[in-house]
Amino acid sequence: MKNVQEQLMHEEESIFNAQLQRRSFLRYAGAGAAGVALLAAGCKKRDRDVPAYEGVMLDFKDDFGVLNYAYALEQLEAAFYTQVASNPPSDMSANEKAYFQDIQFHEIAHREFFKKALNTSAIGSLEVDFSSIDFTKRSSVLAAAMAFEDLGVAAYNGAGVRLKNDNFLLIAGKIVSVEARHASYVRDLVSYGSFADLTTLTTFGAKDSDGLDAALTPDKVLPIAAKYVKTKINVINL
Amino acid sequence: MNIVNILEEIEKVDGEIYERLSPRRAAMKDFFDMGKKITLAAMPLALGSLFQKAYGQSTPTDVTGVLNYALTLEYLEYHFYNHAVVAAPGLIPAGTPAVGAITTIRNHEKAHVDLLKGALGTAAIKELAYADFDFTAGGAFADVYTNYQTFLAVAQAFEDTGVRAYKGQAAVLKGNNVLTVALQIHSVEARHAAHIRFMRSGGLNGGGVAIKPWISLGASGGANDSGVPAVDPVYAGEDTEAQAGITITGIASGVDKKKAVESFDEPLTSTAVLDIAGLFLKK
Repeated sequence: MKNVQEQLMHEEESIFNAQLQRRSFLRYAGAGAAGVALLAAGCKKRDRDVPAYEGVMLDFKDDFGVLNYAYALEQLEAAFYTQVASNPPSDMSANEKAYFQDIQFHEIAHREFFKKALNTSAIGSLEVDFSSIDFTKRSSVLAAAMAFEDLGVAAYNGAGVRLKNDNFLLIAGKIVSVEARHASYVRDLVSYGSFADLTTLTTFGAKDSDGLDAALTPDKVLPIAAKYVKTKINVINL
Repeated sequence: MNIVNILEEIEKVDGEIYERLSPRRAAMKDFFDMGKKITLAAMPLALGSLFQKAYGQSTPTDVTGVLNYALTLEYLEYHFYNHAVVAAPGLIPAGTPAVGAITTIRNHEKAHVDLLKGALGTAAIKELAYADFDFTAGGAFADVYTNYQTFLAVAQAFEDTGVRAYKGQAAVLKGNNVLTVALQIHSVEARHAAHIRFMRSGGLNGGGVAIKPWISLGASGGANDSGVPAVDPVYAGEDTEAQAGITITGIASGVDKKKAVESFDEPLTSTAVLDIAGLFLKK
């Protein structure tokens, strides 16, 4: 996106005309999937077909890097809940199983939304590593779910400020509150009443005395998430 | 008020102000045309909107506006819960986890009030007291402080409104560090909302109102899933199926309309939120 902006800047004598065009462009880009695809084409990497790295690349130079970062986390969450829902721990109640299935479809919806919105700019599928989770035990599944949800909230809260497009920012806001609802519910299952115990989230950037939830920048989130991912996640321009 | 003097003052800190303004002939024309119709008293507001057009982004005044808007809502929430905790004996069942939960939420709302007030300093709106509110909404919720279920239903409406309100202002705060703080408040409100909903459904034991921690479709397929028709405006538009032009329903196997609606929370405009909040302000 930045490249497109710069091109426009050079082409136009007046910075103002350029900015006007940029703004019309962004408005068009925000208009829908077609716009997203157009932007994606404009930012397509020249060396896309021959990556010089192993794994996937998150390039934070523009909004697509942030959206791909979100896409990576949603892939992780969706894979986790799919595995839980396909063979839930026997000590989970029927209500819990039903709600975990709900959450599974929410995360799948988020994942598929990003995949579609990012189009050709989307990173590939991540290979997950859930070897640290015992899927036969409710307590292990709940602990992992809580970690994923709290980390997800922290990630969206910490990355929002990087987004430049109003529509992308709004989408991130629409998703993060659903993740926070998941976190609240899962926490209540782990320990009833801990739905918003911010004192336990200080390492994730929460501040209880100000009533502030977790917020972590991507450089803090990715190493925590790495435990659950086999695919190498490369990061530039952060 | 002399616009030429103001522009000269701005030129001292922004040498490009005329360049910024002049290519925007349309914006200037709008402004001067409008000038014929408005009174002098309305000038600062009009000037603000001109600057917004010229810079293509919000002036700090707008951030202040958003923070004061948020502060209004936090006052409302804080007084709502605080009265329940300190002045409505028997409302919250004694000896149950509800006491701790409502107290936690009250404390967070108080922290939000103090944080926003501190950030705004002298620009903060005047303090709102419990006496400024009417939590029965003119009698619509007459037993809000004597009937626990009514209290929880109104609490849910406030929390879900709060989530929607912060979301609606994100674009104004874009790129600003204030955005991160607003997001950190926003997700706490979402945690509250989910817990209040869980409480209404009977918590771990179940047996309460048929409602999920996340906003789903109503029983008749409408946007309001709360079971309380009086709060329809709180849920208007929550039944949205498409995001950024992408239809979520059917995007993958198992993602039906209900799941699509649950997956994304929707924003509310400040006008819609203030209309809702206005119902609880004494006239």
